[in-house]
Amino acid sequence: MESVIERIEKGHFWKFHGGIHPPEMKFLTKDKPIRPLAMPPELTIPVQQHIGEAGKLIVKAGDVVKKGQALTQSLMPLSVPVHAPTSGTIRAIENAIIAHPSGLSELCIKLTPDGEDKSIARHITPDYTSLSKHDIIEKIAQSGIAGMGGAGFPTHIKVNTHAQINYLIINAAECEPYITADDLLIREHSTTIADGINILDHLLEPAFILIGIEDNKPEAIKALQKATANNDKVKICILPTKYPTGGEKQLIMALTGKEVPSGVLPSKLGIVMQNIATCFAIAEAVIHDIPLTKRVVTVSGRALEKPQNVWALLGTPVEFLLQQCGYPEQQRKHIIMGGPMMGFSLPNTQVPVVKITNCVLAPSEQEIPNDKHEVECIRCGQCADVCPSQLLPQELQWSAKANDQQQLETLNLFDCIECGACAYVCPSHIPLVHYYRVAKAEIRQQKQLDIKAEKAKKRFEARKARLEREKLAREEKHRKAAEARKARMNSGTEQANKEKSAVAAALARVKAKKAQTSNTENVENKELASDQQDKKSQVAAAIARAKAKKQAAVQESSPAQTESQPPTPENNQGDENKKAQIAQAIAKAKAKKQAATSQDTEVENHEELNEAVKVAPVDDKKARIAAAVEKAKAKKQVAPEKPSELDTDKTEETAATNSPADDKKARIAAAVAKAKAKKLKEKNPQSAPTTVDASTNEEQEKEVAITPPLEASEEKSAQALDKKARIAAAVAKAKAKKQQAESK
Amino acid sequence: MTILIAIIVIGLIGVLFGALLGFASIKFKVEGDPLAEQIDALLPQTQCGQCGYPGCKPYAEAVANGEAINKCAPGGDETIKKIADLMGVEVQPLDENHEADNTPKVAFIIEEDCIGCTKCIQACPVDAIIGATKQMHTIIIDECTGCDLCVAPCPVDCIEMRPLKQTPKNWQWDLDSIPVTQVD
Repeated sequence: MESVIERIEKGHFWKFHGGIHPPEMKFLTKDKPIRPLAMPPELTIPVQQHIGEAGKLIVKAGDVVKKGQALTQSLMPLSVPVHAPTSGTIRAIENAIIAHPSGLSELCIKLTPDGEDKSIARHITPDYTSLSKHDIIEKIAQSGIAGMGGAGFPTHIKVNTHAQINYLIINAAECEPYITADDLLIREHSTTIADGINILDHLLEPAFILIGIEDNKPEAIKALQKATANNDKVKICILPTKYPTGGEKQLIMALTGKEVPSGVLPSKLGIVMQNIATCFAIAEAVIHDIPLTKRVVTVSGRALEKPQNVWALLGTPVEFLLQQCGYPEQQRKHIIMGGPMMGFSLPNTQVPVVKITNCVLAPSEQEIPNDKHEVECIRCGQCADVCPSQLLPQELQWSAKANDQQQLETLNLFDCIECGACAYVCPSHIPLVHYYRVAKAEIRQQKQLDIKAEKAKKRFEARKARLEREKLAREEKHRKAAEARKARMNSGTEQANKEKSAVAAALARVKAKKAQTSNTENVENKELASDQQDKKSQVAAAIARAKAKKQAAVQESSPAQTESQPPTPENNQGDENKKAQIAQAIAKAKAKKQAATSQDTEVENHEELNEAVKVAPVDDKKARIAAAVEKAKAKKQVAPEKPSELDTDKTEETAATNSPADDKKARIAAAVAKAKAKKLKEKNPQSAPTTVDASTNEEQEKEVAITPPLEASEEKSAQALDKKARIAAAVAKAKAKKQQAESK
Repeated sequence: MTILIAIIVIGLIGVLFGALLGFASIKFKVEGDPLAEQIDALLPQTQCGQCGYPGCKPYAEAVANGEAINKCAPGGDETIKKIADLMGVEVQPLDENHEADNTPKVAFIIEEDCIGCTKCIQACPVDAIIGATKQMHTIIIDECTGCDLCVAPCPVDCIEMRPLKQTPKNWQWDLDSIPVTQVD
């Protein structure tokens, strides 16, 4: 460690791999003072301006706020609040396009300044050492400070480390071309910056404070030397100008010779880095109690008449900055936010300045030509020579184009800092960084999906286990209940004997019925032969009828479909009308049922259609809910009458649904029951065929399949039927059960 | 005599290896089918049943036993490619019976229409719907796999599948915005 400081004192530094020397272009703005801007007509303040979670809104549209008032509240450790940059009225809280290459919009607070710039009461603390460390960190967090170098990581997390810190590195390298914001800030506010550095010193207690600054800012170096003269921990390290010295890992390498391993935070090596502009913001927040609401932005580029550094309030539209710096209409091309190497083209000029915006660049046609077409990679290897992360850009490029995520991760794509050095030197004009950005986004997305899939799998398995558990619990309950019953019956009391005899009687009845059934079957088989001729003709007729009906149904279904689209005149159908329709439908159904049992399915279709016609047009919510409630009610009513009702019994269900009034429902149910009974009567003589030809058999099986739901209602009306009918019914039931078992 | 020795020696070796194999089969017994596990890890775990199997695991097991690899609609061509790589078979296009559209979607309950019947809750394979009888239901977007299974059981058709909203967080860089030219 001693040697590091010795080397620094001698002015010997390490070299990081690669790097480039692009034209600096800093002369455009470096000798002009920072200009305070006029108040823009409206400020657009994105709720989230940093990495992490957005804060919770604590203001609403129409509120009058004062300068420095918090607009959001940070509830999670990784969130920082945003503050009102001036006094005014909140016009709206809505989605607006934010400073992001996607051009997507996010939640923003629109503030209309009132021009008075009234501030909330401040508590100035000249002696920060009177505050506890915790209070200082709290103040930093509540002032909304996030790293102002570009990443926007919440500062209070970074300074709240418990690790032993050897080096606090202050990043004043500002290596990217055009940008002079930090340079000017140091020159004009070096004492405040020194205060900020002292606060960080107080918080982190590092062994040494290294300020990394490039040798192209001599005035800033002088100002810093003067301001920090009384703190002998501070070493100002004047580094040779090379892009990207300002990268975190590159600066650590250049100053300490330590390489930060992939995926490791510098604090593990005892190093914390802060941007110089963040130091200024910390001093303002802790000593002057001014939250982060403005920052220095370099507005530069040859397309501008007056390129200059400005004090921009957070939320100022880029358009306003450009106007203030003279941006003639005819020069309008694309605008870059951030520097020329790492910035991105803005989707439009209404996007606001945020905490991480250090530069707005309006290049002229000569500076950054648009029309460089990418050509094939010639494998010259220059990109690998300049890569400061020692990656293999061309290999990465192949894999990114082939979407080979595994290979990309093997090549350590995520160590790429997107500095753009490779794209700068590429003789084929390949936009390498763009490919890496796409690939990174895809890999991140894939990881999210993987996590989600894993979660879904766990939930699915948990659900399966739960269902299984519930099933077992149910079975266990049933078993216990059965055992309890058995025990009770075997207990020998009078009650038990009664129950026993009842069971025995029931068993006997079942046996007797079985015997009778087999007898009747034999008898009916004999009768069947004579009936067969007659039946065949009947079946043929039924098939013909069914065909005709089907055709009719098809014809009917098309108007029904058109009718089911929401806005139709039927919408305002009166209740009377409905009732009449239902009555009609039921009458039709009855008639049909009486006419032929084999047409059951057709009747079903018709009634379903009727329902579709009736229910679908009535689209408004009330009607639908009413229908649903009625359905439920109808089901409840029907259920006690027919405890063995099955899902196949759609005819009855739909009929019941249609009924608006309770007595009506009852009537319909009765009518349906009657119809079924009649149907049964008709069917009885032919209901037990065993050796009929295939087609007949099929037809009848269909009928039988529809029969089972009737069991209960049919039993009610069974008193009126003669014994023969009863036996036949039993046979039908048995058949239906067999059928069911088969279909299962 | 030499033949006898040879037979005995070979026999002994046979017995030795037999014992070794028998021991290994007990000692290193693999529970379950490792191939099915690997395939299961590649599937998107939507549990949608579009492949005709009740969940992703059963389909993975079926694929391991020779079922076609192109039946996973939510996974799409990506998943088919991965399974083909794993199993060393040809990549096939997605089964024609399935929709090729696999943009990520989530179910959405139109809450004012919900009657609280709990039918969708019973259908959801990942318990991503909350609600109770006669109470409005809603979907936990983060848990929803977009499997579509809750849409059919709804008696009032108040569930629809909506594409996931694009935010700056899940935004993918648009390659079309960069002029890419192919040189033959």
